[in-house]
Amino acid sequence: MTIEFGKTTIQLINQRMKSDIILAGVGGQGILSIATVLGEAALADGLLIKQAETHGMSQRGGAVYSHMRISDQPIFSDLIPGGAADLILSVEPMESLRYLPYLSETGYLVTNITPFINIPNYPEIGKVMEEIRKLPRFIAIDADTIAKEVGSSRASNMVMLGAASPFIDIEFSKIESGIRTIFERKGESIVNLNLEALRRGRAFAEENR
Amino acid sequence: MSNLTKTSIIGLFSGPNPLFLVSILKFNNLTMQKHLFLGVEAIGQGAIDGGMSGVYAYPGTPSTEITEFIQDNLLAEKRNIHRKWSANEKTALETALGMSYAGKRAMACMKHVGLNVAADAFINAAMTGINGGLIVTAADDPSMHSSQNEQDSRFYGKFAMVPILEPSSQQEAYDMAREGFALSEQTKVPVMLRITTRLAHSRAGVICKEVLDENQLSLPTDPRQFILLPAIARRKYKGLLASQELFLKLSEESKYNCYEDGEDKSLGIVACGIAYNYLMEHYPNDSCPFPVVKVSQYPLPKNYIHCLNQECDKILVLEEGAPMVEEMLKGFFANGTTIKGRLDGTLPRDGELNPDLIAKALGKELFQEFAIPEVVANRPPALCIGCGHQDVYVAMNEALDKYSKGRVFSDIGCYTLGALPPYETIYSCVDMGASITMAKGAADAGLVPSVAVIGDSTFAHSGITGLLDAVNEKSSITVVISDNESVSMTGGQDSSAFGKIESICMGVGVDPAHIHTIVPLKKNHDEMVRLFSQEFAYDGVSVIIPRRECIQRASRRKRNEK
Repeated sequence: MTIEFGKTTIQLINQRMKSDIILAGVGGQGILSIATVLGEAALADGLLIKQAETHGMSQRGGAVYSHMRISDQPIFSDLIPGGAADLILSVEPMESLRYLPYLSETGYLVTNITPFINIPNYPEIGKVMEEIRKLPRFIAIDADTIAKEVGSSRASNMVMLGAASPFIDIEFSKIESGIRTIFERKGESIVNLNLEALRRGRAFAEENR
Repeated sequence: MSNLTKTSIIGLFSGPNPLFLVSILKFNNLTMQKHLFLGVEAIGQGAIDGGMSGVYAYPGTPSTEITEFIQDNLLAEKRNIHRKWSANEKTALETALGMSYAGKRAMACMKHVGLNVAADAFINAAMTGINGGLIVTAADDPSMHSSQNEQDSRFYGKFAMVPILEPSSQQEAYDMAREGFALSEQTKVPVMLRITTRLAHSRAGVICKEVLDENQLSLPTDPRQFILLPAIARRKYKGLLASQELFLKLSEESKYNCYEDGEDKSLGIVACGIAYNYLMEHYPNDSCPFPVVKVSQYPLPKNYIHCLNQECDKILVLEEGAPMVEEMLKGFFANGTTIKGRLDGTLPRDGELNPDLIAKALGKELFQEFAIPEVVANRPPALCIGCGHQDVYVAMNEALDKYSKGRVFSDIGCYTLGALPPYETIYSCVDMGASITMAKGAADAGLVPSVAVIGDSTFAHSGITGLLDAVNEKSSITVVISDNESVSMTGGQDSSAFGKIESICMGVGVDPAHIHTIVPLKKNHDEMVRLFSQEFAYDGVSVIIPRRECIQRASRRKRNEK
């Protein structure tokens, strides 16, 4: 609920808003692109952000993660405390499980199902999916296939963001404008492709939650 | 406090929702410009806004992006702020000192082990003092995410007896970089700005302030200020000792330190730098019941610490890195106030802090519903598919097959990953340049052949002097300079010795008949094996240079060209 008062906009909110999100994947899979769009959306929504990243190993095929904290209150720790994450958003299935100790009782795990196998002892994918299915709240989505249907496998991360969006406390329209801002310089068709990827991801999550 | 863009007013209304939290979102004419900066970016921007004329650095995680940010900055370009990479941290700091000598503001940046390399210059810069303000930014890596050790740079600041600034937020990092030059000019010594990985690589909103002018060119008023002949140095040392009182006073009055009173005196807390954030995470909205001393400027503010000591019988020290403050307060004799921290097991002795460790230290309950399933395998970093180092190691393993293992000494870079399966070629990695010098030492002891694997940038950084030693004594070593024409592990920065490796080796005195270049590709495998075998058998210094551009840098270059 918003009140315009001369040159000032006052928004009435009756409780603290927070979204603590762990982004996960393998170095080179581009999880920071998801963080960039979300960051843009949060800023546009007048929210505060802190986001911790892994550097250095990001090109070397190792496990990478990012802690993203969004709130309307000042945020202190850059790292999310254990058991406080509202969402684990992973672009790789085994990596989604690595950060389970951070997931809250009511938190969601949203993961891509395509394994990235660059180690000799990668587990049997059936066993990985079994562990994911044990969780009370999860979305397992074939983001790569959906992205190809939309027009480009490179849109896979935006499909993931769409699938996670129902569980992030930011207006969906703000996430869409985040995509517009970030992909603007690549041209109208790229923007639309990523918007479509986002919407398809969200639709999947809504149907399967 | 950082991150505040709004004023919160709590209003009480009658009706179904009696309590509203009213938040003023924006004043259309007074929108404060907020940037989402990494800690390192905040420092880069702060330094530019602080009137800096030059940044000098060698790439090193987590400090690399400070210089990269400045290299990409429009104002830095307009002002022609010096922003090219140096050969190593020692040359970087010395050059920054030279700019300071000439009256202008300069900053030198490095990771914690980089400060080891620059230590001679750093300690003596405290002795000479400065002319234009000088900030030395040291970025520590507790938990060794990408380092050989986790040392605490605050000890260097203490050792050199200069003020240290340790931000607890991205906003403070910006402010300290911006105002640090003025502090340096006021105290007449270099100022250390110390951050850790977690703050360096974490993003938060930062409000930028007015951009200051650069200084003019001007030489020191005392023409002998920078001459450390013993007779002069003795006087200067007395001066440095006498200045300690001023540094303490500035800490005690600093806006970065404070005493936050609390009703519960059963425990007092000293929270340094980023540790303050982890503490506040557990006590949002000023709800911490205990008195807290926030420390973000050193020397330690004695006034606040003494106050805390008087009020409380137990003090918990939260600091990132070594228990430096904890040890200072604990003292040698275990009487008086009980000091809790890393030394008594309240916090782990090693590794970085995080909010869960702080919660445990405060006696709070930890909640963790889910454990990591056993099915999750380790995924360590590995050489990129198509990397030239791979071809080098495959050929080297074959050429060394007939010798016993453990005779390949290596250095710091992507090629250090050659220690891991499937290669397991290298057997040492200690510090920048140690590959060549250790290979020589082992050869001196009789381990022949002895091989060193070093990268092009590491060679430029500190391999040349080791090669000189080997040439002077005609040591029986083979130096393999695996040249991918880039400082790759840190993200592909320009390499100082680009195009000069062969001429440097010849200049140092290596016999040209034993300098070879080859392109490390599968199709050249047999030729590489032959070359290695030939030079391993040679009783003298050989240099083999497998050269192929780093594939990451090549692909970035091609993408930018499009």
